[in-house]
Amino acid sequence: MNLVLVTFIILLAFTSYYFGRKKALVIQSSQRLTALPKFYGYYLAAWCAAPALIIFALWSVFEPSIVKTFILQDYTDQNLTKNELQLIYTKVKALAAGTYTGNITNFLDESANKYIQLKGIANSAKVAIILAILIFSLSFAYRSVQKNDRMREPVEIFLKWVLFVASLGAVLVTIGIVFSLLFEAIRFFQAVKIFDFIFGTHWYPAKTFVRDGQPDPELMKDAFGAVPLFAGTFFIAFIAMCVAIPIGLLSGIYLSEYAGRGIRKYAKPIIEILAGIPTVVYGFFAALTVGPFVKEIGNAMGLEVSAESALAAGAVMGVMIIPFISSLSDDVMTAVPQNLRDGSYAMGATKSETVKKVIFPAALPGIVGSILLAVSRAVGETMIVVMASGLAANLTMNPLESTSTITAQIVVILIGDQQFGDPKTQSAFALGISLFIVTLLLNVIALSVVKKYREKYE
Amino acid sequence: MNSFKKNLLKKRYNAERRFQWYGKIAIGLALSFLAVFMFQIFSKGYSAFQKTWIVTEVHYDKELLLIDAESPSKDDLENADYYDVAYKAMTSLDPGLPEEEDRQLIQMVSYKYEAEVKDLLLKNPDYLGKIVPIKLTASDDVDQVHKGNYPRDIPEENRRVNDYQLQIYDMLNERGDILSEFNISFFTSPDSREAELAGIASSFMGTVFSILVCLAFSFPVAVLAAIYLEEFAPKNKFTDFIEVNINNLAAVPSIVFGLLGLGVLLAVFNLPRSTPLVGGITLSLMTLPTIIIAARASLKAVPPSIREAALAMGASNMQTTMHHTVPLSMPGTLSGTIIGLAQALGETAPLILIGMVAFVNTIPGTPVDPAASLPVQIYIWSESAERGFVEKVSACIMVLLAFLILMNLAAQIVRHKFEKKWS
Repeated sequence: MNLVLVTFIILLAFTSYYFGRKKALVIQSSQRLTALPKFYGYYLAAWCAAPALIIFALWSVFEPSIVKTFILQDYTDQNLTKNELQLIYTKVKALAAGTYTGNITNFLDESANKYIQLKGIANSAKVAIILAILIFSLSFAYRSVQKNDRMREPVEIFLKWVLFVASLGAVLVTIGIVFSLLFEAIRFFQAVKIFDFIFGTHWYPAKTFVRDGQPDPELMKDAFGAVPLFAGTFFIAFIAMCVAIPIGLLSGIYLSEYAGRGIRKYAKPIIEILAGIPTVVYGFFAALTVGPFVKEIGNAMGLEVSAESALAAGAVMGVMIIPFISSLSDDVMTAVPQNLRDGSYAMGATKSETVKKVIFPAALPGIVGSILLAVSRAVGETMIVVMASGLAANLTMNPLESTSTITAQIVVILIGDQQFGDPKTQSAFALGISLFIVTLLLNVIALSVVKKYREKYE
Repeated sequence: MNSFKKNLLKKRYNAERRFQWYGKIAIGLALSFLAVFMFQIFSKGYSAFQKTWIVTEVHYDKELLLIDAESPSKDDLENADYYDVAYKAMTSLDPGLPEEEDRQLIQMVSYKYEAEVKDLLLKNPDYLGKIVPIKLTASDDVDQVHKGNYPRDIPEENRRVNDYQLQIYDMLNERGDILSEFNISFFTSPDSREAELAGIASSFMGTVFSILVCLAFSFPVAVLAAIYLEEFAPKNKFTDFIEVNINNLAAVPSIVFGLLGLGVLLAVFNLPRSTPLVGGITLSLMTLPTIIIAARASLKAVPPSIREAALAMGASNMQTTMHHTVPLSMPGTLSGTIIGLAQALGETAPLILIGMVAFVNTIPGTPVDPAASLPVQIYIWSESAERGFVEKVSACIMVLLAFLILMNLAAQIVRHKFEKKWS
């Protein structure tokens, strides 16, 4: 139904484009045209499609909730909770679609009939309104074509609006992220105190699972303490940075200061391949090769190492992050003006002394920025941890034990079927928003540091 | 020069040499990580492109097939009972085996062997009543033994292939009845719980559909947004806000987009779960900022003289942009788009959250059929305990990496072949 309507509108728009162009050629025989003939076509097509499609979109967004209120009106006197109402509505919809397989009460049957009726009314109303709008806007546009009004300007203004709306897309995504996270997180914090979440030291959401019924509030208090996850996240990121910073920074220095053109041309893209490999591949590598390797070495030294250790995950993550640091720090050090180097050489300093005492300090803000970006990347990394570092949230500082992170827990909670309204599911969104805030902060700081640095030398 | 100064100079030169070596070692380490990594994947994975078959003889006995008709139609063959025929084909490998031990033989081939016996007859109806050789898919354990990935010297009770089966395997191998051929079914069959039957067709199609949906959503919006921001946006607070927004969006962890897909696309818009449609939209939100940034950079690289020339000829701003600036910026935009899509191709976490991790044993035909994707398939298989899946994962990784390399090459070609150099 909807598809037919949209196709119809689009076909009509195409027809009106050709019609408008033809009309322009007719006008041309008696009057001077105000624009190229195709603009007459664009003008008609835009007036045809835009209003109808906008109304159609608005209608599609609001119709379900309006129908829902109408249906659930009959149930207001039964004192039902929101979830029960939702369940009833789902049942009604399934019954109307003929896919319901429970026992059918009279009341439900009535509602389903009402639902079908309402849907029918809504559909015919939608078609009627859209047809009316099409006729109205087309006749309006046709009149101004006939009057030979200016055609190019309105079309260009319309196009500009289309461009503007597209640029709002990115903002919409951000708003979508913030609201979808906040919405569920707020409901989570109604069930669990925010204090217990931020400062609690036990993370064990599985224990709140109770079939049919509310979980014990005492249990809830102790199950959602996120400290082990925050600690695990930063611990693994720390291990990753221990690998990535020395290797990345030294490679960056070598590439920018020592390497000849040939080496630089080939080594840099090859190192960057490391950042292009999908993280799930690293995860597999960490779980299958590095984990057992670490375990073997640990056992040989008489240490107790679990096969899924924070060290394995962190080290592999560090390898993944090397190019972020090496490429960015190479870029910022290359951007340091040559006269600083020349000044240092003129004073008799060796190359390494120049790097350590002049170039590195000058490039420091940019390097710090690149490191912060890398940390934000490490904090948000998911698959390596899920596959290589176990899923139990231990509060530990021992790199040989398994720990879990915010991202890994989100995956653990949401893998498989989710039930919305369950505090366990909502806790994933609460974790998501903390992750979002942390990475956003890191990113904002990093970007502003880099920006300041750029201004200094440009 | 006194000796003190000489020593100092020597020290400084040594420090210089050491420092250079640190840099070389760092680069060497980074490169060797890559080499070890690739070596591991390839050495584990290449064997998955070989499939092991067990050759035996099958007698399409009409009586055992329960076919009564004199010249049976296609339907008759379709509905015949293949259990006994297939069973006999396997047990004939060792006629002396007591009946209660026959499972040991049956377990050496995949559980779908009956269907394979049936397919051969359906393809060649004239085999009816004859004794013909047949290739049956070996079970993953036998497959691994044949490829030498399975240690034979561990105690029998810890082995999935027992001594008797190894004996039969050796006998068959000596007779040349174990075949190893290119594994076509790895590319043509969907996922399966059995390693020997599992293929990447379903996840490959899922990936293709997701990427197409992602392209369809993100490319138009991103290009239009980039044109607005670069060519038309007034310099004000709101434009700045949009810009900051895009830059920050590019650094949001991918899993957050998965939460967005789950909380909005599935819960609010009620789009179908586990489908490439939802996966593609989720990925498109992620690639949006990447493409916008690339498109803006390439718009910026178009020299102002082009714009000025067009304006001087009387073109409007919109005409200048649409007829001159945008077409000239397209190579850069397209290569940025391909790189963005390549990033989206490797994403796993957001797809897991929107349910594309479900076990799918059909090949999706449209973007609204449930499907997995290649990276998710890697995750699913690597969680399986069976040894046969290890090589499958590596092979799947090789396919994914090949896909990525192709896309990056395409981006390079688009950039170098079509981009105009302004200087």
